[in-house]
Amino acid sequence: MIPFWKRAYNWIDERVELEGLVHFLGKKYVPVHRHSLWYYFGGVSLFLFIIQVVTGILLLMYYKGSEELSFESIQFIMSKVQFGWLIRSIHSWTANLFILAAMIHMFSVFFEKAYRKPRELTWLTGMLMFFLALGFGFSGYLLPWNELSFFATKVGTDIAGVIPVIGKLVMPFLRGGDEVSGATLSRFFGFHVAVFPGIFAVFLGIHLLLVQRQGMSEPLGTAKEGGDEFMTMPFFPNFLLRDLLLWLIVLNLLAILAVFFPWELGRKADPFAPAPAGIKPEWYFLFVFQTLKYIPAKLWVVDGEVLGILLFGIAGLLLLLVPFWDRKSSRGQENRFITYLGIFIVLYIIGFTILGWVV
Amino acid sequence: MNESAEPSFRQSKRDFLKYVLGGGLLAWITAVVYPILAYLKPPKQSEAKISSVKAGTLKDIPKDSGTIVRFGNKPAILIRTAQGKLRAFTATCTHLDCTVQYRKDMGLIWCACHNGKYDLNGRNIAGPPPRPLTALRVIVHGDDIFISNQP
Repeated sequence: MIPFWKRAYNWIDERVELEGLVHFLGKKYVPVHRHSLWYYFGGVSLFLFIIQVVTGILLLMYYKGSEELSFESIQFIMSKVQFGWLIRSIHSWTANLFILAAMIHMFSVFFEKAYRKPRELTWLTGMLMFFLALGFGFSGYLLPWNELSFFATKVGTDIAGVIPVIGKLVMPFLRGGDEVSGATLSRFFGFHVAVFPGIFAVFLGIHLLLVQRQGMSEPLGTAKEGGDEFMTMPFFPNFLLRDLLLWLIVLNLLAILAVFFPWELGRKADPFAPAPAGIKPEWYFLFVFQTLKYIPAKLWVVDGEVLGILLFGIAGLLLLLVPFWDRKSSRGQENRFITYLGIFIVLYIIGFTILGWVV
Repeated sequence: MNESAEPSFRQSKRDFLKYVLGGGLLAWITAVVYPILAYLKPPKQSEAKISSVKAGTLKDIPKDSGTIVRFGNKPAILIRTAQGKLRAFTATCTHLDCTVQYRKDMGLIWCACHNGKYDLNGRNIAGPPPRPLTALRVIVHGDDIFISNQP
């Protein structure tokens, strides 16, 4: 008697020829070297994204997206729905850890110059997903409709409004009117649960496909060392099991955070109350926020905020396009400038984040 | 098909079809995209023109304090200085749209978002705000305080 799973496999194999795929997975190897640790952060990001999808869908069962109801519906989730506090806390914590994991993943790829030819498209889709992740964070932040998120959204969308040329069109598009209101909440809700996930899924599909197709990038400078092949480890099951173990650890960490540091809901937004003292954006926007505080109102003829947004916009664009201007790494040469630039960016972000935290 | 047709005739026929099809495609895209873009542009809500509102009574606002009042669909700030003078301004920070507040300890109007400061005449004196707050006129009728944007 053939076991059931074997018969099921044969049934599918007969129709879609699974053999090739299984063969491919069996031959997949992951290089082992002193920087191998960083390979795990892509997987962790993926795991956290899956948690966001699951908990997000669960929250959708009770959440009501309107000016009058959203704050109350989250209060309801957190106080009345069984395990509602847990689901909401995990969703909020995971959002933050996701951005952190994606950042670590991005900078490790940056420092290893793994974006170099032939992986430009993997980098590009990864960066676009990172920008989308920031969009997820920004739009999701408003959904509880509390005091902090209300003013964060006012500031954030106002910044979009000062973008030269298109700003005047972008701001009402984001706000659904001239002011941050219930219309903004509706739009952000739509972005958060439909638009962004749809686009994200496409990029994620391409990203993962490319990683499978091209395999893991190996650090530069191996040819220099006499062409010694790296030690490798089979992806299946060795690397995958390590991945899963790490995912389990991350899930435990999340449970601890969600239980012992439950996410606060704050006070309901009141459009006719002053911005509360000590208002700060989420930590991943803090370095931008802190920079905006230091730029004077007018620099020469340019408004300070226009200058700030232009600088960050250009920096983001340069980072997005790094595989196309860092020709040296693509030729297999070491590019120290990129390393120093990366160190500067990381130090800037950490420095200004701490500054924003304490000041 | 007539095989002996002039090549140039066939070429111009092909060009003609290219323009018709290309133009048709372009028109079709426009017909799809334009309504979507127009739909995304929020309609202008006709709001009642506000020129003055009752902001409260003298009892409501002690000396050396400030309060946010509704002015149409925007917030305004009403301040009573330590000397008892009443002042009113639009409460929207000229930097990035936050709502300002009166700070007793500083004797200033302060924005919590990016530490912008205005003096009690609404002038931007410190931090990132690029412009002063717009002043509103305060009218006292008996005990009632009104604010107005009419000069």
